Amino acid sequence: MSALQLCLLLSSGLFCIGLTVALTRSNAILVLLGVELMLNAANLNFIAFWRFGGGSASAGVVFVLFSIAVAAAEAAIGLALVIAVYRHQRNIRLQEATRLKG
Amino acid sequence: MMIPALLLIAFVILASAGVAMVLRNLIHSALLLVLSWTGIAAFYLWAGAEFVAFAQILVYAGGISMVVLFAVLLTRPARDAELPVTPPTVLRIAAGLMASAMVGSITVMAVLTSHLVAPASARAPGLTVKDLGALLAGPHAAALLLVGVILTVALLGAIIIAAPEPAPRPEDQP
Repeated sequence: MSALQLCLLLSSGLFCIGLTVALTRSNAILVLLGVELMLNAANLNFIAFWRFGGGSASAGVVFVLFSIAVAAAEAAIGLALVIAVYRHQRNIRLQEATRLKG
Repeated sequence: MMIPALLLIAFVILASAGVAMVLRNLIHSALLLVLSWTGIAAFYLWAGAEFVAFAQILVYAGGISMVVLFAVLLTRPARDAELPVTPPTVLRIAAGLMASAMVGSITVMAVLTSHLVAPASARAPGLTVKDLGALLAGPHAAALLLVGVILTVALLGAIIIAAPEPAPRPEDQP
């Protein structure tokens, strides 16, 4: 098994962990962290193909930098939304966040 | 030499992420996820992308982990010392596990059965920080500016969303 395949298996395992968390847990912060794990798995793929893809294209590294920046913005917005939801309903269970205006 | 290091890094990443997601204490989960993100930075170092590795450490282990810890502490229930993470129902767990198992088996089968052309040379493609800077300032300058705008707007929006609603001032009353 080549190193590229091992990298891809690692990233698919990380993606599955993130997907399981985002689907099963009901805590909003944990769901956000699961989404972050899935984004990280995608970044692993970019770096793996840049390293082992054989081409000389360096777009993979640049794309990962942009992806990290967008993930940071997403985390800030998501956690601000969690705090806003907490202010209205005093907990962050996603099942109870059924109203847009509390 | 390359493969055992990769296996060790993969074990650290997957084990810390997996354990973090089944723990009941949110603070322990966040701290274990910092370990997982640092493991991902180690993977980037292993692959030869040093700048991305340090960006990962700065943004994830430094920034996002702090934001997550603040959010955990700010949304902590007042009375309980232990954070009550209510257990989801069996049906949701089964459905979520089945969906992710299907996705996982599809991706694993796709990786194992596709003919990936891995070049024989194990040398990393050389990309210095100078090259990266030239790329960011040259062909990708527009995208870099747009990312800056996105970050500014998103962080301002996060402050506005999370800020408490101001109390009505007396001179505003009719």
